[in-house]
Amino acid sequence: MTAPTIEVRIPTILRPFTNGEKVVSGEATSLAQLIAALDSKFTGLGDRLLENGELRRFINIYINDEDVRFMGSLAAPLKAGDSVTILPAVAGGC
Amino acid sequence: MTLRITSKHVEAILEQSRVEYPDECCGVILGPEGSDRAEILKPMINAAHSPTFYEFDSKDLLALYRELDDNSQEIVVVYHSHTETEAYPSRTDIAYASEPNAHYVLVSTRKEIAPENEFRSYRIIDGVVSEEEVEIVASL
Repeated sequence: MTAPTIEVRIPTILRPFTNGEKVVSGEATSLAQLIAALDSKFTGLGDRLLENGELRRFINIYINDEDVRFMGSLAAPLKAGDSVTILPAVAGGC
Repeated sequence: MTLRITSKHVEAILEQSRVEYPDECCGVILGPEGSDRAEILKPMINAAHSPTFYEFDSKDLLALYRELDDNSQEIVVVYHSHTETEAYPSRTDIAYASEPNAHYVLVSTRKEIAPENEFRSYRIIDGVVSEEEVEIVASL
């Protein structure tokens, strides 16, 4: 059984990695697999999402409406029809 | 580059910084996609509730982007306050500036300067900060 194709919405700041594309897709049954699939299509994208093999703290990733942090992070499962959204945190400090 | 902003919005942001002190306050101003018009002020909750850090709650952030999408709007201004330091982007502000098209507004509630005299705006692109003029108008 092949992995489902998952639609991924890319924020403005990461579009240089996806040739300007706002929506891309990858085949995966987990978030980790999806990131690997996207990284093989779009070189360098993985490095903007992961640090030392973990999701970067200030990148928010959602599966449908849920923050993946509440779904197992990289282990979060993906099924056909799921939509993933990537949003860099809006944050800062003094 | 210039930030054009209404005095009403400037007042509201300064007031929010006073009310939320001693924590940093934050929010955005939205406008139609591609317009660079700072039309709709949207204060956001600082989920960090900190005097030295701000962060939009991840659920609030998603709701905001869904709204932008539905209404063909974009973030024109991202603002926050520095509670005791200068209204200038910190290293953290620069590191996390993720909206290349936005104007980053900083205000400060430090005692040395009246807040209304320290309402400043910047572009932060690829880690480079450039301050811009702030043009305060009665209406856009």
